[in-house]
Amino acid sequence: MLHKPLGLLAELTHRCPLGCPYCSNPLALDAGKGELDTATWLRVFREAAELGILQVHLSGGEPGARRDLVEITAGAHAVGLYTNLITSAVGITDKTLTALAEAGLDHVQISIQDSDPASADHIAGYEGAFVRKGALAAEVVRHKLPLTVNAVVHRANIDRIDGMVDLALALGATRIEIAHVQYYGWALKNRAALMPSRDQVEQAASAVADLRSRHQGRIVIDAVVPDYYARYPKPCLGGWARRSLNVTPAGKVLPCHAAESITGLEFWNVRERSLAEIWANSPAFNAFRGTRWMREPCVTCPRRELDFGGCRCQAFALTGDASATDPVCHLAPDHAKVAQLAAMRTDAAYVYRHM
Amino acid sequence: MSDSSTAIPSEARPRLPRGVRLVHNEAQGGWILLAPERVFKADAIAAEIIKRCTGELTFGELVDELAKSYAAPREKILADVGTLLRGLADKRLLEL
Repeated sequence: MLHKPLGLLAELTHRCPLGCPYCSNPLALDAGKGELDTATWLRVFREAAELGILQVHLSGGEPGARRDLVEITAGAHAVGLYTNLITSAVGITDKTLTALAEAGLDHVQISIQDSDPASADHIAGYEGAFVRKGALAAEVVRHKLPLTVNAVVHRANIDRIDGMVDLALALGATRIEIAHVQYYGWALKNRAALMPSRDQVEQAASAVADLRSRHQGRIVIDAVVPDYYARYPKPCLGGWARRSLNVTPAGKVLPCHAAESITGLEFWNVRERSLAEIWANSPAFNAFRGTRWMREPCVTCPRRELDFGGCRCQAFALTGDASATDPVCHLAPDHAKVAQLAAMRTDAAYVYRHM
Repeated sequence: MSDSSTAIPSEARPRLPRGVRLVHNEAQGGWILLAPERVFKADAIAAEIIKRCTGELTFGELVDELAKSYAAPREKILADVGTLLRGLADKRLLEL
């Protein structure tokens, strides 16, 4: 049975003022002049709502780089979608936020790089980013919009998870995502500089458990596991092409935002086809949908419908074969490779991403 | 700030905060509670309870009303509704 997608990640632009070394967007970014126009995005949102999609995540890059962000948000709201703005805060003015709140924006997610201001700006590669984030968070709260703080953690800030949760509470967030770096796209260039040690990861897990019980009912703490140290792989967004889809700035429709890293897949574009047709028939979507594409050890594994063989993009990045078991799984033939990669840690300077 | 270990006071006025809403969606087959980056399916009974969380009724009135319309013992309704609403509040999906 073909599931109905629940969420649409709308990557409105790849343009971004920050230079985060862990950026998971692809190495080859879509240029500003090739971005979908306003009318096409509004059509995509209509088709998304008709397909049963409930939530749209307005993301990037930095969505604030789009001059039509308010119009785009209003269009998504008008067709009944729950609208979520995912922003670095740099590039969203207080005036824009007011207009977004009036246009029906439902929720704002602001990324932070650290609880220590100097370290945060160093990681973002942008002087003054920390202060700007605090200022926008205050505006979000003033508009009574719910706020999520997204904290990407890695070896430079992993020992300050409690500080980041305190910061999120001080900013008025009701939810925080503790997201360990996932190694895709640009982040692969900085893997050795970002990789935490196993001890750090274990301490982080116990810090999260402790913070959850201490702050129950005040803030929701969601954590994305650092999968290089995991025993089982993360389920690829609840299964490839099962729950969500992603539209790139240039209109390509992907099962997940890293999917273009897998070479040889054919992606369809919203400029040429409807979202419903793409969801049902796109060759890229059907390539790893369900469990039929699996081999051993996945195909007979009792967990095959829990983790779906793990992440296809990671399998491809680490083994060159997108049909392989995600090497993060302790049952994968290539599992030893993951421990070798996790052991390659360095204090070398970041390779920043600047457009 | 509410303490998650305590029962809901009968004068509390449960309401959905901005950014949380209950919708009926044919394509997804029923009632859904939409929340920040999360989606929860609500069964018909949960939907009937959440629909009444508008800030107009007190918790006590809400329980009275449900006990009446379902012709069920008030203590049973009180316990079930209290558990549901406390769980939602702990997830920051409900204000009390």
